[in-house]
Amino acid sequence: MILVAYGRQVDCAYVFGEDVGFGGVFRCTTGLSDRFGKQRVFNTPLCEQGIVGFAIGLAAMGNRAIAEIQFADYIFPAFDQIVNEAAKFRYRSGNQFNCGGLTIRAPYGAVGHGGHYHSQSPEAFFCHVPGIKVVIPRSPQQAKGLLLSSIRDPNPVVFFEPKWLYRLAVEEVPENDYMLPLSEAEVIREGSDITLVGWGAQLSVMEQACVEAEKDGISCELIDLKTLIPWDKEKIESSVNKTGRLLVSHEAPITGGFGAEISASITERCFLRLEAPVARVCGLDTPFPLVFEPFYLPTKNKILDAIKSTVNYYSSYDKSSPVHQHTLLEKNHLWIYAFNALDRRVA
Amino acid sequence: MAIWLSRSRKIAHFLNPKIAYFLQPEDFSYKIHVNYVNSSSFRTLSGENFRSPHAFLDNSATVSALQRRCRRPESTRAGEQVETRYSDDDYEDENQAMDFPGGRVSFTHEMKFISEAADKRIPCYRVLSDDGYLIAGSRFEQVDKETAVKMYKSMVTLQIMDNIFYEAQRQGRISFYLTSTGEEAINIAAAAALTSDDVILPQYREPGILLWRGFTLQEFANQCFGNNADYGKGKQMPIHYGSNKHNFFTISSPIATQLPQAAGVAYSLKMDKKEACVVAFTGDGGTKQFRSDGVVVKGQAYGIRSIRVDGNDALAVYSTIRAAREMVIHEQKPVLVEALSYRVGHHSTSDDSTKYRPVDEIEHWKTARSPLARFRKWVHKNGWWTDDEESELRGSIRKQLLNAIQVAEKTEKPQLAEMFSDVYDNLPSNLHEQEKSLRETIKRHRQDYPTDVPL
Ligand SMILES: Cc1ncc(C[n+]2csc(CCOP(=O)(O)OP(=O)(O)O)c2C)c(N)n1
Repeated sequence: MILVAYGRQVDCAYVFGEDVGFGGVFRCTTGLSDRFGKQRVFNTPLCEQGIVGFAIGLAAMGNRAIAEIQFADYIFPAFDQIVNEAAKFRYRSGNQFNCGGLTIRAPYGAVGHGGHYHSQSPEAFFCHVPGIKVVIPRSPQQAKGLLLSSIRDPNPVVFFEPKWLYRLAVEEVPENDYMLPLSEAEVIREGSDITLVGWGAQLSVMEQACVEAEKDGISCELIDLKTLIPWDKEKIESSVNKTGRLLVSHEAPITGGFGAEISASITERCFLRLEAPVARVCGLDTPFPLVFEPFYLPTKNKILDAIKSTVNYYSSYDKSSPVHQHTLLEKNHLWIYAFNALDRRVA
Repeated sequence: MAIWLSRSRKIAHFLNPKIAYFLQPEDFSYKIHVNYVNSSSFRTLSGENFRSPHAFLDNSATVSALQRRCRRPESTRAGEQVETRYSDDDYEDENQAMDFPGGRVSFTHEMKFISEAADKRIPCYRVLSDDGYLIAGSRFEQVDKETAVKMYKSMVTLQIMDNIFYEAQRQGRISFYLTSTGEEAINIAAAAALTSDDVILPQYREPGILLWRGFTLQEFANQCFGNNADYGKGKQMPIHYGSNKHNFFTISSPIATQLPQAAGVAYSLKMDKKEACVVAFTGDGGTKQFRSDGVVVKGQAYGIRSIRVDGNDALAVYSTIRAAREMVIHEQKPVLVEALSYRVGHHSTSDDSTKYRPVDEIEHWKTARSPLARFRKWVHKNGWWTDDEESELRGSIRKQLLNAIQVAEKTEKPQLAEMFSDVYDNLPSNLHEQEKSLRETIKRHRQDYPTDVPL
């Protein structure tokens, strides 16, 4: 439906992918081909590398190419086209050419029974590639605004859609054309004790954890990153400067996940302000397992536990001190610790 | 999900290929270069300009690359095969032909484009008529009574297994399923034509091969239920079978991913001088979503022998695979087999194929063109199979399957530790740590975790 809004507006938009002509496996493009014609909305052969290559060519000629990869798990055959071609099109030609009209949509994430090849969250691979943007919406409303921005953005965008959104999320989506800015994170819940950063489907799990934590008197600030690269470091930084604590959560395996990048950057920027190590609650370092999915996922309670242990980081060393009011001693400890570290860095 | 107008299903048959031709990157790029050179001569002849100067630059770069290649003895040798095909006795004159890497190419004054399609489609080899009669004059490999009956019984078993497992998914007992309905002959006849030493790299619609090789109904059920006895230890979705014992590589969902691997397996068999081949399967998705006359015509483009066969004719498939196996092993050449068939079932339990193909088309293939019915008529006519035997078989298979499902359902799920096993040969420290931390979490929040997975 988002694509309808877009198609109405722009003549040079094309939507294509495997089975897209008759609606796609998630019915995202239902009716689109009847409405805009088979020349604008069409099926492609089953060849992801070909789909993205075609889309790059189309975009390089000044069109808006909206390519669908049926599942994010199947984006890897197109990895070369995305990494070596789309991402470097502008740079390698000294901006003579670009494929900024390219948007690649792909459903990602857990669904409960997807096993290895219908569950993965491959966003981190793409965040390692200068030249493309990576955008992930959390809700239907967000999806529309962010997708329209991605399509119109003069840079190639990989747009991952949380699969669970397709079936579970129901939300009023404005009929009109609206865009939500890229590279701008949003505080979706204000709080003062700890900052939580996430994206896509994981935000609703994190939100539940925030609600539970509140019952224990912990005030959580929840931020939707929305655009993973280039990301809104400043908003996270200012939030962490306020709360002094950070937790990042994503479904993808923890090692080398985008949480690691956030953690490192914020540690660099907020080192003196951090009152506990940055916590990461993520998928485990295994392929996505079928039967063990509930064990693999970063669940509400895993997040809640991490919120508590992060907030209680110091009191777990000094039982006498209340959580929210640090004693002078603790503060001093903190500073001494920090200066030691600074010294080390200077040396 | 299949594109509705695609009806064929193919077996790419890479059997001990003469790999040099098929695999060497040099050979492959050489073919591409030939195309470029053609387009540049086209330009000269027609006087038409390329829209972008890049294409032109590419061409000159290509030419120098080609000259470099001329000096390579390898490419000349590869070309010897080609030369016999393309050189024309009338053009032996130096001015009318040139030595080109890959063989001598004759010149012509005619500017003639090769048509995108041949005048006639490649015919399809079959042995049995729709009524199960041997077509007069057809040449095929004899199948004795014992083999024929085993083939038929296996086809029936496969069909009943599909029906029952599909139902089990509908009842929510397993999470996913897909049937091989309509493709029983390809499954079983190919299996029957091979030996158990031949290595299979399947797509996902060939469980019949495992069945033929002795994978039990219980083993199928165990995989679909992802229980403790599943060789994949519950890690993959249902139908992703695999059995080392049966030389059947574990199924991977990405389409066509196993095709290049098959060439590697073949090379290994060849180097080890094994009397065995490898067979890789793929469907329309991996091959034929273009306007060519199927994939069979691409054989020649790649320098691979190919054949089109009626995939719903078990005798034809059997004979084809037997012959292909012979060639592959004894001539050391790959063979491409395109078996025409029709996926009668929906793509999977997640699909409703009536959304993209007509119901009466499905019905036609299900009934009038059923590979089972056709083969049965033949077996029946030979006096090898009776109606009584049929109903007894069906009853007994049904019973065995229902029992297998019950057992599989009752069998425990794999231990939690299995989640971390097999990522590597040994558990690295990060996984040790994660397992430990997960176990602590489970202690705190037992209610979050399924009770059927033993800790
Ligand atoms: C690389 C890749 N892209 C997309 C998919 C999703 N997908 C699964 S099956 C399928 C269609 C396959 O069609 P076909 O080869 O004709 O086989 P069929 O299932 O119809 O027997 C698609 C697109 C996939 N498995 N792998």
